[in-house]
Amino acid sequence: MNKSFDVIVIGAGSVGVPVALAAAARKLSVLVIESLPSPGQGNNKKAIGGIRATHSDFGKIRVCQRSIEIFSRWQEEEGDDIGWMSNGYSFPAYTESDERNLKDLMQIQQEFGLKIRWVTPKEYETLVPGINRKGLRGATYSWEDGSASPLLSLNAFYFKSLSLAAEYRFRENVQDLKISRNRISSVITDKGEYQGGTIINTAGNNARGIGALAGLDLPVFPDNHEAGITEPVARFSGPMIVDMRKEPGSANFYFYQNSEGQVVFCITPDPPLPGIDNLSTSEFLPLCSRRMIEVYPRLRNLKVRRTWRGQYPMTPDGFPVVGRSREIDNLINAVGMCGQGYMLGPGLGELVSRIITAELCPDDIRILKSFDPYRDFSGMEQFK
Amino acid sequence: MTDDYRITQHPVLAVPERRKIKFRWNGKVLSAYEDEVISSALFANGIRIFGHHQKDGSAQGIYCANGQCSKCTVIADGIPVKSCMTKVRPGMEVKSVEGLPGLPEVTDKQERKEIEEIAIDVLIVGGGPAGLSAALQLGEHRVRTLLVDDKNELGGKLVLQTHKFFGSVEDSYAGTRGNDIGRLLAEKVIADPFIETWTNSTVLYVFSDRRVGIIKNGIYKNVKPKIILNAAGAREKFLRFRGNTLAGIYGAGAFQTLVNRDLVKPTSRLFIVGGGNVGLISGYHALQAGIEVVGLVEALSRCGGYKVHADKLKRLGVPIYTSHTVIAANGKETVESVTIARIDKSFQAISGTERTFSCDTVLIAVGLESVNEFTREAEEAGIRVFSAGDASEIAEASSAMFNGKITGLKIVRELGIPLADIPESWYRKAETLKSEPGRIYPQRAPESEEGIFPVIHCVQEIPCNPCSTVCPTHSILIEGDPILGIPYFQGKCVGCGKCVAICPGLAITLVDYRQDKDMPTVTLPYEVSNHQVSPGDEIVVTDIAGNGLGKYRIEEVVDLKTNNRTQLIRIKVPGNIAKKTVSFRIQEEMVSQPLPGAIPEDRKSDAEMVCLCERVTAGEIRALIHRGITDLNQIKAITRAGMGPCGAKTCDSLIKQIFRQEGVPLTTVEPNTRRPLFVEVPLGRFAGEVGGDDE
Repeated sequence: MNKSFDVIVIGAGSVGVPVALAAAARKLSVLVIESLPSPGQGNNKKAIGGIRATHSDFGKIRVCQRSIEIFSRWQEEEGDDIGWMSNGYSFPAYTESDERNLKDLMQIQQEFGLKIRWVTPKEYETLVPGINRKGLRGATYSWEDGSASPLLSLNAFYFKSLSLAAEYRFRENVQDLKISRNRISSVITDKGEYQGGTIINTAGNNARGIGALAGLDLPVFPDNHEAGITEPVARFSGPMIVDMRKEPGSANFYFYQNSEGQVVFCITPDPPLPGIDNLSTSEFLPLCSRRMIEVYPRLRNLKVRRTWRGQYPMTPDGFPVVGRSREIDNLINAVGMCGQGYMLGPGLGELVSRIITAELCPDDIRILKSFDPYRDFSGMEQFK
Repeated sequence: MTDDYRITQHPVLAVPERRKIKFRWNGKVLSAYEDEVISSALFANGIRIFGHHQKDGSAQGIYCANGQCSKCTVIADGIPVKSCMTKVRPGMEVKSVEGLPGLPEVTDKQERKEIEEIAIDVLIVGGGPAGLSAALQLGEHRVRTLLVDDKNELGGKLVLQTHKFFGSVEDSYAGTRGNDIGRLLAEKVIADPFIETWTNSTVLYVFSDRRVGIIKNGIYKNVKPKIILNAAGAREKFLRFRGNTLAGIYGAGAFQTLVNRDLVKPTSRLFIVGGGNVGLISGYHALQAGIEVVGLVEALSRCGGYKVHADKLKRLGVPIYTSHTVIAANGKETVESVTIARIDKSFQAISGTERTFSCDTVLIAVGLESVNEFTREAEEAGIRVFSAGDASEIAEASSAMFNGKITGLKIVRELGIPLADIPESWYRKAETLKSEPGRIYPQRAPESEEGIFPVIHCVQEIPCNPCSTVCPTHSILIEGDPILGIPYFQGKCVGCGKCVAICPGLAITLVDYRQDKDMPTVTLPYEVSNHQVSPGDEIVVTDIAGNGLGKYRIEEVVDLKTNNRTQLIRIKVPGNIAKKTVSFRIQEEMVSQPLPGAIPEDRKSDAEMVCLCERVTAGEIRALIHRGITDLNQIKAITRAGMGPCGAKTCDSLIKQIFRQEGVPLTTVEPNTRRPLFVEVPLGRFAGEVGGDDE
């Protein structure tokens, strides 16, 4: 068995699998080590599938623009249906300040070339028929954003990476990183020891733990979010709807009708629920249902099928931590996706592969500035 | 409404007077009875196809009729509902689901209430034999108990059982009919001031904050129990064969619900897959309902159910094909015929042994699986949890009742209430009642050819003792274990016939030589009175295994109230067959003839459906296994098997079976992650909106 690889990726999730795919596409030999039994079994499968480029900073915008290209062309180029839909995102505004903030941000987004515009309540109702127009001042609408199935896309990326000779070891725990002369000389798991030219930390929830094995203190702290999905019905609604209002118990919530016709929804608890706890509580459904029906009364008789809990691996300022370690020469961290690992993944996979081969372009360098592991974390993402 | 699809007379069940109402099905006005569920109303009108699947356009009918599988979904007044759980209302507009339904319609502003939270000592999930028996113990010890059941009526599957029960008279009402036991237990529970009962209420999940989400009559509530008893019973397993998605293929539970609860005649020609007690009893129920039973296949070389049940069917004229399996159901949208074949030692169909029978329904009774999710959820939430009945271990209802009683007492103790020790003998008895059918012994009839005495055609160790309990002269003894052993006659027979009437296996006759030594009178039990027999009728009498012994005329039909709807048939037969005669054929051989030269349809075995909700075939699963996948969650992610409305309740075991077939040990296969909810519930209910009575 080959125990020496150009690249060892720790974590086969939303970021790790695309990294493996991009590295394998560059003809690098790749090993992915995952503690769970198959790819995407951490938080990838918990994602509700929204994919947008309409963020507030250059880094996330550029990475997600590339992700959207990959997601939207995948079926055409690779043949697998991953459930991609260009259904767009919308942020309805119910207060003057939300309207102002959204419009200000929209200008920046338009400057980056994003397709986003302001729609009137009347126009918004044609996109989201039956939306509660009481107090609605309008909404942003970014029609090139979209959605896909996290489950199908991650497996498509996985099988593609296998065809490019990437190797995976599932049910295997990284227990130690052997360091010598500022390099990880080997990755030690409960089942073996592997040497890698470059080691990539894409361990999601466990990113901080993996960093600690290399003596790093990565500021990644998961908190819990809860989501649900309904029965499928014929298409009735278009874009992702993000209600940014803060209410007792929740900071914001969002939902959309996916390619199967099911409404998928998710809420951000307020105050946050730090830690990792995948067990469902009795509070989520009443909280989320009330808000959803308030905004969209037509949903009241739609049946909830399943709910689940997952984590956002958060950083203090809400931006990812991506870049080559200064302390360990051959370690690249791509962690702290703050709940956006799925949409960032494909773009980030390619970017990380360019870090490995030192083929960064000027845009890459600008992106990596946003995600710089050594930045001042006291700022705050405005538009999570 | 014609009564073609209604049971208008039944040997055991009373046919009540009910009010007729009108509703519409796809625009056409149909009749139904008030208070019946939509699925039964449709079947009563001869409608078996409730829609067409959005993925492949295949016909959808019923499968579980138990609120679990969603296959029977229809659109009632604009809202998709499970037709098996939703009552039909006068003027209701019911439509078939053709592809994806539209967003359910909404009415005006809904009333919204705070979600009520109720603290209770013990929550019992399930009002069947185990739950009811446990509740009675808790009530007796003044423990505040809430018993929740998703049906309109308590009793669980007892209400579907028309046959007299096996087990022990003293401990589990043996000799009484299942539906009567259910009624009896339910009445006691309802009368108990310490027990609150919620019917039409479904437990959705035991949340990690120790609240149990329950939808009660369409209103969402949270219950905080100190202890949970999971008595939620079992679900039926499904089977892979070609054409297994046709409408007209459903579980024994669905069949018994239609026939015995709702008095609907859903089929005229039934074929049964599975020779366990459930399959065998369903065959008997079918005959009682006037339905032809074309045959029954069992993969093993011997039926897994009680021999007396199998014998009962054979004697009435139903062929049982052991070492056979169903290889295909044939038909365009609904079942038109079924193809079976003999199987070899490795359970592979032997080519050339196929036979095809015309039938309109295939009943699947291939085993049960415990509904264990509430136990797991309670453990995760840190709530003390017990389980009883099928939710704990699959066994007969008689065992569930006794085991429920013991578990009830265990909970009493757990709550710190002083209680004498549960006798060790009870645990032994609980084991006995759980016993699988055991050894078969050669029959020993009394040698005498004088006087009158019972001949006992019960030769297999099963937990059952009514005959010995009922005998007024205590002359029926049981060898070995007092419940499990084989009964035999020794002593004095007064000819009362009580043993003949009470035997749940219909396996005791009286032979009377007193009038005529050469042509003794034999008294036979009979329970299929809608296939009426009268004195003077010529019948083909049969031996224990259903072999014909000749044609003889009925002398007398005795219909005593005390015999609880079991008729006693008196017939004179020659002395040499008197002790062999047990029953007589009621079903003509013609009924079971295979179709001439019928060749099974050439459907690939890869097309056998594994996930009915999302239409995932065995072939798709097999291909993924060949790619090295060993995580059921990854199979789910790729195929959606398990993501449908039933929540992997059906496909899970089928997929595991394919793993085993492909040589992958299940110990290396990652199980499916289960998530809330147990059944689908409208979003508005969680917002505190008050719904109808149908979820």
